[in-house]
Amino acid sequence: MSEAVELQAPVQNGRRWGVLRDVVISVGVIGLIWLGLRVLRDPEAFSEWGDLTGKLAQAMLALVLGIAGIWALFIVVNSLVEHLPARAAELVRPWIFVLPALAVVAVYLVYPAIRTIIQSFTEVPEGGGIFSNYIEAFTDPAVQIAIRNNVIWLLLAPAAAVVIGLAFAALADRVKHESLAKTFVFVPLAISMVGASVIWGYMYAWRVPGTDQVGFINGVIQFFGGEPIPFLFEIPINTYAMIVIMIWLQVGFAMVILSAAIKGVPVELTEAARIDGASELQNFFKVLVPSIRGSIITVFTTIAIVVLKVFDIVYTLTGGNLETEVVALRMYDAMFRFRNFGQATAMAVILFLAVVPIMIVNVRNLRKQGIEA
Amino acid sequence: MKKHRWSIALVALALLLAACGDTGGETTTTGGDEEPTTTAGEEPTTTAGAPAGETPYTELNAAIAGDYEGTSVEIVAQWAPDGAEATSFDLALQPFRDATGIEVNFEPTVEYETALQVRVDGGNAPDLAQIAQPGKMQQYADAGSLINLSEWFNVDQLTQDQVAGFVELGSHNGDLYGVYYKTDVKSIVWYPIQGFADNGYEPPTTWEEMIALSDQIVADGNGNPWCISIESEAADGWVATDWMEDILLRTAPPEIYTQWYNHEIPFNDPEVLEAAEYMSQIWFTPDYAYGGNTYINATFIGNTQDPMFDPAGPQCWMQKQAAWIPGFWGENKDFTDPADWPNKPGEDVGFFYFPTIEEEFGQPVLGGGDMFVMFNDRPEVRALLEYLATAESSAAWIERGGFVSPNVNVPLDSYTTYPETELSTMVANATTFGFDASDLMPADVGAGTFWSGMVEWVAANGEGTEEIFQSIEDSWPAG
Repeated sequence: MSEAVELQAPVQNGRRWGVLRDVVISVGVIGLIWLGLRVLRDPEAFSEWGDLTGKLAQAMLALVLGIAGIWALFIVVNSLVEHLPARAAELVRPWIFVLPALAVVAVYLVYPAIRTIIQSFTEVPEGGGIFSNYIEAFTDPAVQIAIRNNVIWLLLAPAAAVVIGLAFAALADRVKHESLAKTFVFVPLAISMVGASVIWGYMYAWRVPGTDQVGFINGVIQFFGGEPIPFLFEIPINTYAMIVIMIWLQVGFAMVILSAAIKGVPVELTEAARIDGASELQNFFKVLVPSIRGSIITVFTTIAIVVLKVFDIVYTLTGGNLETEVVALRMYDAMFRFRNFGQATAMAVILFLAVVPIMIVNVRNLRKQGIEA
Repeated sequence: MKKHRWSIALVALALLLAACGDTGGETTTTGGDEEPTTTAGEEPTTTAGAPAGETPYTELNAAIAGDYEGTSVEIVAQWAPDGAEATSFDLALQPFRDATGIEVNFEPTVEYETALQVRVDGGNAPDLAQIAQPGKMQQYADAGSLINLSEWFNVDQLTQDQVAGFVELGSHNGDLYGVYYKTDVKSIVWYPIQGFADNGYEPPTTWEEMIALSDQIVADGNGNPWCISIESEAADGWVATDWMEDILLRTAPPEIYTQWYNHEIPFNDPEVLEAAEYMSQIWFTPDYAYGGNTYINATFIGNTQDPMFDPAGPQCWMQKQAAWIPGFWGENKDFTDPADWPNKPGEDVGFFYFPTIEEEFGQPVLGGGDMFVMFNDRPEVRALLEYLATAESSAAWIERGGFVSPNVNVPLDSYTTYPETELSTMVANATTFGFDASDLMPADVGAGTFWSGMVEWVAANGEGTEEIFQSIEDSWPAG
C-alpha cells in the first residue's frame, strides 16, 4: 500500500486525496475483517445471546465475513491498484485475484506436503539413519501385507469397475427406461464410503450357524441349507469382500462417464461398421471401445487413485485385522494410534509416490482429449 | 458509480461488525482469560466438613487452619460435564472448600486429553489434572511439565494408605508424580443368578472349579459355558489382552508382570506362553465358547453376552468383563436409566472374582484408575492434592455410587451401591493391583500388534501360539 502512495506522489492534488481516501478505507476494511475474525475466535463472544441465538449469530457473522468480507477486500485492493500507472496495474491486477487462492494452496497443501517429506527423513528413532523410516516400512511384515493388499486392490477394483460400468453403459444405451436403469447403478456413488461399509457390514454379517442370520448373504446361504461364511473374518475372503464394496461404489461413476462417451460416438461410425458387415461384438470392441479410449483411461485412473487411497472401508469393517491392512490405514494407525510421526509420514510419502504416475497418465490423457476436442 | 456501490457495502459491513463486535468486546473484558468463578468460596466461619482435625499431611493441616483462605485452585478432569461423575466429584470437593476457604474451580472438559495437552503446551496448564494413562503421566513428567511430588509429599503415608501397586503406578523413574484417587476393576466374571440356582451351579473359587463347572455345563447339555467376543470397532482384541493380563497376574509373580510390560523380558517369555496356555483352555476348548472362535472375532463386545439372555434360557453362562457391561445386557440396551433395566446387576446377574490359579500369587486384581498430577506448585494446590489422597475425599462420591477408592482406610461399610459393595472388598483384599498392561506398553504393541495378534490367534482357533507371540515380540519398537 505504501508503494502505491509513493508512486502516486507527484500527481496532482485531487488524485492524491483519492489515494489517501482509498488507503484509509482499505485499512478500515482490513481492520474490520480482522476485528470480525477476532470476535469469531472468541468462544465467549456470543455466550450472552443464549445457546441457539448465539450460535446463529456466530454463523451469520462467519457468513458475512466470508462472503461480504472477501468481496470488500477484493474491491478495496482493486481500487488501490487502479491508482497505479496503467501498465503496472495490468500486471498486478491478475495476481490480486489469484494470490489468495495461491496462498491457501501454499499454506494448506504445499507446505504440509514438503514438511511431511522432510519429517519422513528427520523423525527417525534414536540412532537410525535418515532412511530408517523407509527401511522399517519395507521390512515390517504388517506394512508388507498392506502394500501387497494395495496391489490386489489396484489390480481388481478399477478394472472390474470399468468393465462392469462399460457393459452397463453399452447395454443401458439400448433399453427403454435407460435413466431409471442407470439410476440404480448410480445411486451408490452418492453414499459415503463409511456408509457403504456399514451397509455391506450388514450384508456380510455372520451369526452362529442355525440362529437367525442378520446378514443378507448369509441369510440366503442358510436358507438354502448352506453354512454361513464369516466373510470379514476369514483370510483371504475378507480382502476380496471389501474390494467388492469398492467396485459397487465405483461402477456408477464409470457408467455415467462411459455412457456419455458412448453417446458422443457418431452414429455414422457404427452405422458404417454395420453396413460393412461387422457383428455387434466386433462393433463394440473394434469401433466403440477404441473411440472412447480416452474416457476409459480417465475413468480407470481416477478409480485407481481412489483405490490406492482406500481407507474408510477397511477401517470400518476390519480395522486392518487378519491381513486386511492397507497403506492408508497403516499411515493413520502410525499417526493417531502409535504416535509414530516418522512412520506415518514415510507411509504418506510412499502413498504419494504411488499415486503420482497414475496422476501423470490421467493429466496427460485429459490434456490430449482437450487438444483433440 | 462503481465506488458508490462498494462504499454502501462497506457501510453495511461496518454496521454489522459493530453490532457483533459490541458483545464480543464486552465478554472479552469480563470473561477473557480469567477463569470464570464456578463456585463462590464460602466464608469459612466454621470448619464444618470431613477433614477436620489433624491429617498426616502438612499443607492440608495448614489449609484447614485457614492459612490459605481466599486463594483458589483449578482442577480439571475428563468426567463429562453435567454427567453424574462430574457432579459426584464436585460434591466430593465440597468438604475441602468448606474446611479451608480455598476456592476450588473444577472444570469437567470435553475432548479432555487433547484439551489438556494444548493447555500444557501453551504454558497455561491447570493446577491439578486427572490422568487415566500412566503413559501420559510419564510423557508429561519427561517433558518436565509435572511437579515432582516425592520432594514434599508424605509418600510413606500414601504407600501405607493405598492398595499395593498404586504408588508405583503413579511413579516414574523412582519419583512420585501422580496420586491415585479412583479405581476400576476388571477381574470379575458375570453369571445368571437364577440359572445357576436352577441347575445347582456354584460360582467357582478356583481355576479347577471353574474348569469343572464349564465341563459340567457342557455335559448337562446347557449350551456353552462361556460368552466371549472381542470385536470392538477400531479396537478389536482388547478384551483378549485383558484376559492375558489377568491370567498372567495369577500364574507369575508381580515382578514378571512388570518386567513384561516394560519389555525387560521378551513379550513371548515362557511365563507369558504359559498364561496363554491357560487362556486357550477356556477360549479354544471345543464347546466352551459360544459360537466358537468365529463368534469371538465377529461379535461386538456389547453383544457378547446376548445368548445369556436368550428367552429359552442361558445359552452361555459366564462372561468376564468389567462393571460397565450391565448396560449392554439383552434388553438393557434399550434403556438409558439403570432403574428401567429388565436384567438387574446384583439381582438377575451377579459376578464372582476371576479365580486364583496358583495360590502363591494370592488374589491379584486387574484394573485401571484415575490419578491426579500437579502442574503448578503452590501451597494451596499441595493441600488439595493431599486432600485427594485422604479417605474423606471420596466419601461424597461413594455415597452416590460408581466409585471405588484405592484407599484402604475407606470403611468398606460406607459402600452401599452395587456393585461397589463387592468390588471394594475385592480391591481391599487384593494382594496386587495390576494395571492394564497393554495400556502400559508402547502403543505400537499395546494398542497395535498385541490386539491384532490376539485377533489372529482367535482366527487360528488357538493354533500357532508361539509364532503369533513371536511376531508380537518382533514388533516391539527398538530403543
